[in-house]
Amino acid sequence: MAYKDQQLSEEKVFKDPVHRYVHVRDRVIWDLIATPEFQRLRRIKQLGTTNLTFHGAEHSRFNHSLGVYEIVRRIINNFENQPHWNKEERLLCLCAALLHDLGHGPFSHSFEKVFKLDHEYFTQQIIIGDTNIHKILEKVSPGFSQKVADVIGKTYEDKLVVSLISSQIDADRMDYLQRDAYYTGVSYGHFDMERILRVMRPIEDQVVIKSTGMHAVEDYIMSRYQMYWQVYFHPVTRSAEVILSKILHRAKELHESKEFTFKLEPAHFISFFEGNVKLEEYLKLDESIVYFYFQAWQEEQDEILRDLCERFMNRRLFKYVEFNPNLQMKQWMELYQLFQNVGINPEYYLVVDSSSDLPYDFYRPGEEGERLPIHLVMPNNSLKELSRHSDIVEAISGKKRTDHKLYFPKDRLDAIENEELKNKIMEILYGQGEVKDVR
Amino acid sequence: MLDNHAKLMQFFSVVENVTGRKKLQKMIYILQKCNIPFEEKYNFHFYGPYSEELTLRVEELCNLGFLHEVKEDKSNYYQYNYTITDDGKEFLQQFRLDMPHYEEKVEKLKERSSRFLELVATMFYFDHLTLDEMIAKVHTVKPKQNYSEEEIEEAIQFMKDLKLD
Repeated sequence: MAYKDQQLSEEKVFKDPVHRYVHVRDRVIWDLIATPEFQRLRRIKQLGTTNLTFHGAEHSRFNHSLGVYEIVRRIINNFENQPHWNKEERLLCLCAALLHDLGHGPFSHSFEKVFKLDHEYFTQQIIIGDTNIHKILEKVSPGFSQKVADVIGKTYEDKLVVSLISSQIDADRMDYLQRDAYYTGVSYGHFDMERILRVMRPIEDQVVIKSTGMHAVEDYIMSRYQMYWQVYFHPVTRSAEVILSKILHRAKELHESKEFTFKLEPAHFISFFEGNVKLEEYLKLDESIVYFYFQAWQEEQDEILRDLCERFMNRRLFKYVEFNPNLQMKQWMELYQLFQNVGINPEYYLVVDSSSDLPYDFYRPGEEGERLPIHLVMPNNSLKELSRHSDIVEAISGKKRTDHKLYFPKDRLDAIENEELKNKIMEILYGQGEVKDVR
Repeated sequence: MLDNHAKLMQFFSVVENVTGRKKLQKMIYILQKCNIPFEEKYNFHFYGPYSEELTLRVEELCNLGFLHEVKEDKSNYYQYNYTITDDGKEFLQQFRLDMPHYEEKVEKLKERSSRFLELVATMFYFDHLTLDEMIAKVHTVKPKQNYSEEEIEEAIQFMKDLKLD
């Protein structure tokens, strides 16, 4: 029997707290899960620094990837005899679902920003490069790995297949919303996925929702909205992200400086600092390695690196105030100068963080040709964009969803000896509103 | 701080007026591909390269009163028009940005349709492929747009001209 058609002698299941069970019958899927590249995802947390806010959020990209696979498997089962669905694409969809996050690194958002990397690029490289994953996919058929890479890269010819993995209501989002809600312990993020799966309809180039299922989709959009504000945009998590990014910046700066020598050579980081990361090096860096260096860097000579690592490891985070760049730019410049005057480097200790710095999006109907919205299929078979039919979705689509925060180490400010300068700084910060404690 | 916001504001001060979010998306992407250092991260979406970061940053600039957004109802969809405000100009004055000159490129981009810019942006997205592969890929990912040979030829020439500026 051809490798692509081989089934396991009996169905394997993974116990999963979100979907109850993840079912695997295909030999290809079983083999992909067993590769080192996929197992590596166990050592990368799904939500990066969120566990410093919600201690339950220790789940990994491995759990999530299995979850997305399971949702796509269920969708495909429902599509079995629907028009427009090409049964030949089944294995391709399952592989793309399983492997869609393969290129994520440790704390990938901060790493991508600081070192100008793109996890999607590495996902592609792992799939088409010289890896175990690649060998398995090519055993399915020559060129199959490129197809999987194209589906994940959203450039595959069959848009229906692409939209299962990435669209405004896709398996990826449906899994992470529920999974992140479960592990953080918040009461948001729940919606009736079974109902959504039942009202999904494949059409020529996208998945649409039968109009009678609109309320289930409203619930999904609401839970997405609430999860953003409650979990993903949480100011404490952002404080940890700010410190993490600054650690990486500082370590890079020190590496570039001729005068500084690390006590412990940062071997795993050198290609990141120098902007020439090879796939092999990328795959070696996981969260355990990062934590190892952050531990070691607390012993380094450089005061800033030492302090930032100590803060990150011991959760001594920055405090924050709301910041309005329209009204407070001049105050910010004044603060910048004052920080320098008291010997606190503002490049590392006075940081504005904006909602656009975060890797999450809200539902937006958008305009024609900008981005594919969620479509309802009406009883007369016409398509209607969701917010044009749902008052609830329309209401949240029009709301302000942006904010900016100014982060700083309040403990350092409290310790300033020059009372005059200290008061000036505090006046500017407190003048902007209450200083928020991140505990 | 807020350098990426400032870079966008500088773009809006150069372009003066942009009609259509799709056009805006493609203009910034094409400028990036011409080595103008905008940092918004792009991925491929249904309609070509698209940046969620850009969408959100523009929304932030509107909420701050730095950009004026006009929403026009086009039956099934809305279309958006952007211009810089006085507050936006004042904000921009507080930055010293080290950006190359790209005014001529913006002039060239401005006068083109969003359909054409979508084609150019898509071709740039596949610029690691050979020309034949690139054209084949454009037809694969955009079968509905039905781009003609003339349009593709024109886009190739346009890309060369842009890079020469």
